Amino acid sequence: MQVHKYDVVIVGAGGAGMRAAIESGQRARTAVLTKLYPTRSHTGAAQGGMCAALANVEEDNWEWHTFDTVKGGDYLVDQDAAEVMAKEAIDAVIDLEKMGLPFNRTPEGRIDQRRFGGHTRDHGKAPVRRACYAADRTGHMILQTLYQNCVKHNVEFYNEYYVLDLLTVEEEATREDGTIYLQKKTAGVVSYDLATGELHVFQAKSVILATGGAGKVFKTTSNAHTLTGDGMGIAFRKGIPLEDMEFFQFHPTGLAGLGILLSEAARGEGAILRNSEGERFMERYAPTIKDLAPRDIVARSMANEVREGRGCGPNKDYVLLDLTHLEPAHIDAKLPDITEFARTYLGVEPYTEPVPVFPTAHYAMGGVPTNIATEVLQDNDTVIPGLYAAGEVACVSVHGSNRLGTNSLLDINVFGKRAGVAAAEYAKTADFVDLPENPEAATVALLEHVRTSDGGEKVALIRKDLQDTMDANMQVFRTAESIDKVLADIASFEERYSRITVQDKGKRFNLDLLEAVELGFLLELAKVMTVAALHRQESRGGHYREDFPDRDDENFMKHSMAYLDSNVTVESSAESIAGIRLETKPVVVTRYQPMVRKY
Amino acid sequence: MSTVETELPEPASKIELPAHLGGGGEIPTFDVTLKVRRYDPEFSEESKWEEFTMTMYGTDRVLDALHKVKWEQDGSLSFRRSCAHGVCGSDAMRINGRNRLACKTLLKDLDTSKPITVEPIKGLPVEKDLIVDMEPFFQSFREVMPFLVNRGHEPSKERLQSAEDRERFDDTTKCILCAACTSSCPVFWTDGQYFGPAAIVNAHRFIFDSRDDAGDMRLEILNDKEGVWRCRTTFNCSEACPRGIQVTQAIAEVKQAILSRQI
Repeated sequence: MQVHKYDVVIVGAGGAGMRAAIESGQRARTAVLTKLYPTRSHTGAAQGGMCAALANVEEDNWEWHTFDTVKGGDYLVDQDAAEVMAKEAIDAVIDLEKMGLPFNRTPEGRIDQRRFGGHTRDHGKAPVRRACYAADRTGHMILQTLYQNCVKHNVEFYNEYYVLDLLTVEEEATREDGTIYLQKKTAGVVSYDLATGELHVFQAKSVILATGGAGKVFKTTSNAHTLTGDGMGIAFRKGIPLEDMEFFQFHPTGLAGLGILLSEAARGEGAILRNSEGERFMERYAPTIKDLAPRDIVARSMANEVREGRGCGPNKDYVLLDLTHLEPAHIDAKLPDITEFARTYLGVEPYTEPVPVFPTAHYAMGGVPTNIATEVLQDNDTVIPGLYAAGEVACVSVHGSNRLGTNSLLDINVFGKRAGVAAAEYAKTADFVDLPENPEAATVALLEHVRTSDGGEKVALIRKDLQDTMDANMQVFRTAESIDKVLADIASFEERYSRITVQDKGKRFNLDLLEAVELGFLLELAKVMTVAALHRQESRGGHYREDFPDRDDENFMKHSMAYLDSNVTVESSAESIAGIRLETKPVVVTRYQPMVRKY
Repeated sequence: MSTVETELPEPASKIELPAHLGGGGEIPTFDVTLKVRRYDPEFSEESKWEEFTMTMYGTDRVLDALHKVKWEQDGSLSFRRSCAHGVCGSDAMRINGRNRLACKTLLKDLDTSKPITVEPIKGLPVEKDLIVDMEPFFQSFREVMPFLVNRGHEPSKERLQSAEDRERFDDTTKCILCAACTSSCPVFWTDGQYFGPAAIVNAHRFIFDSRDDAGDMRLEILNDKEGVWRCRTTFNCSEACPRGIQVTQAIAEVKQAILSRQI
């Protein structure tokens, strides 16, 4: 085992991690640890754009953007955070342009902007052109540009280093009211070098979690195979809460049966959704902005059309995205990649034929709780010194119960930058926290268990069963009954997981072992999502309970906070969920009082 | 302030859909055999071919077949993959002797009456099975100054760039650094020092960006004996590129720029 020492360690090299690294690397000795080569990160799969009220093509301002973000999130957004994001969006786009990002341009040579779901002029009056974009590969361009700038600034990467543990110590501390509590402090991380199978301990003054999402808990997903919620998982195992995990976004337009993303930019450029009767059904669900309603509403409307028998195809299980009224030249200029996906994977020619689509699991609104300075919280308001999180792994909460399209690319840039600056500045004055004794012990035990367990259960099969039940019971429509089914299933999967066998016994690139470890995180996170969904007896944003179809501000206008707690036994919990304690946290409301959410 | 696009007419609320829509009936299944080049120096210095047979669907890709092997038959089979739809660049490999992304190659487009051969990409050291050491590849990338250099006055807003100037280098911005081009190049196979097509593509992306001021320095770097002049214009790279980049043309444009010193 080797021990390394850095001021700042960044875990993850997607958009948030690399944006942080560009800031931190110029201020403090920084290492970036990443499970993948940086350019493989899933930021690169984002397509449509990044919103900022530049007002390059029509009147716009950041206050409207803030309002749209709050309303889009069904008022569960922390409004101070949304305001920070919408204000800093403008500089975030300009920063990227100066770093070299090749945005599409207006005839005057300025950054061009286009429409996106839920982004409106003057508090919902009409769609507005706010999304800055580079064809339909904006995420690819952001990821490449950030990597290019990391090369420029000589950022130090440890590629294919999989972080498996966060090292924290706890000390007794006293609150203002005199109560004693355990204050967590950051000491570093433990990582597993995939190439050699060796463990490396990184001692660090600051750690930034930037590991992305957990979409692989679902079967039909736009997420990469590698998005297994590792950062959320290691934080949760260390007693750090996870916030708002019941809110998962289903993107309306995944390629039917495959889940591959077709950007909302298609609808921004004029494409529409039709059912088996050829109807533009969004006219019924969102009369004002129709196909450009926020994603939760469009996804539910699609699922409802299918449920009521107006689905298309041999099994009537999808709807159609119709681009056939658009000029082929316009499609080629603005949407080249996604139309190629339709051709490659479904053999459909979008110029002449509508494309089969259905909602696909896309984005975790919840995650590791942080304040607007990106500092991680160990409860509703206690900061863990030296620990930061940004991007999809975090919940700052700018997305509330439903994220607006393009706000994720914005989130990683605004809060990634904030995290990089804050972590480096903290490291300038802070001392290293002593590593705990045998810092690698827990990781050694975890790997040893996975490597030597010999019960014959296959990791891939348990994962498939988990994904199947999550798709069937925890997707856009949920009930107490469907949620209970998932919880019972997960209990059986956990039992099977204790009896897995990993076939590959080697040290070198043991990806069989990696998948087994990842499944452990998936099971844990699926359980947290499901328990939180059970407790939220209302419908809000991406969480729709058919048994509680209305939003209930009186009882549920608050964030959920899930803690790992071994004192919660099956007997003591009304819902029979051992090991998870649920609490709540108030929503920050500044200028917008909750209103009925109509589009 | 101007509105650049004219408003589209509203599409019809309801249209007649052709009867066939949604594709016809069942997805066909078929048996395929993968013949995979295996290598694990932890257990043997020798590499060997191994065959796996399985039933797959018409919509499946080579990556799905590899996953089926790994998940159901042999968990030790090792390969990189992430996004699974051709944008992350993890799974470039040699499939039936041609460099492709496993996640973008549909089985039905290959001849499934014979075993489908799958090997690691060539010219980079093999680490295990289909995994190669990507470090030399990324080293060449880093050497061409793959980042915007602008020495001019920094405006408070964005720099202006005309749509035509932006279009000039559009093709080479598509690169996902998968190494399919570089590892298909016969010159790279025999001369590991050659920068290779991918690095030149990424230099092109900046040399022809009107906002950039370091074109001359990059041209100097690529005028080296291991630079663009090693290219023998075999077009393997253009054929291999899963993003459809006209790689050979980009290299030719860089050669031309070196000769004329005009960008």
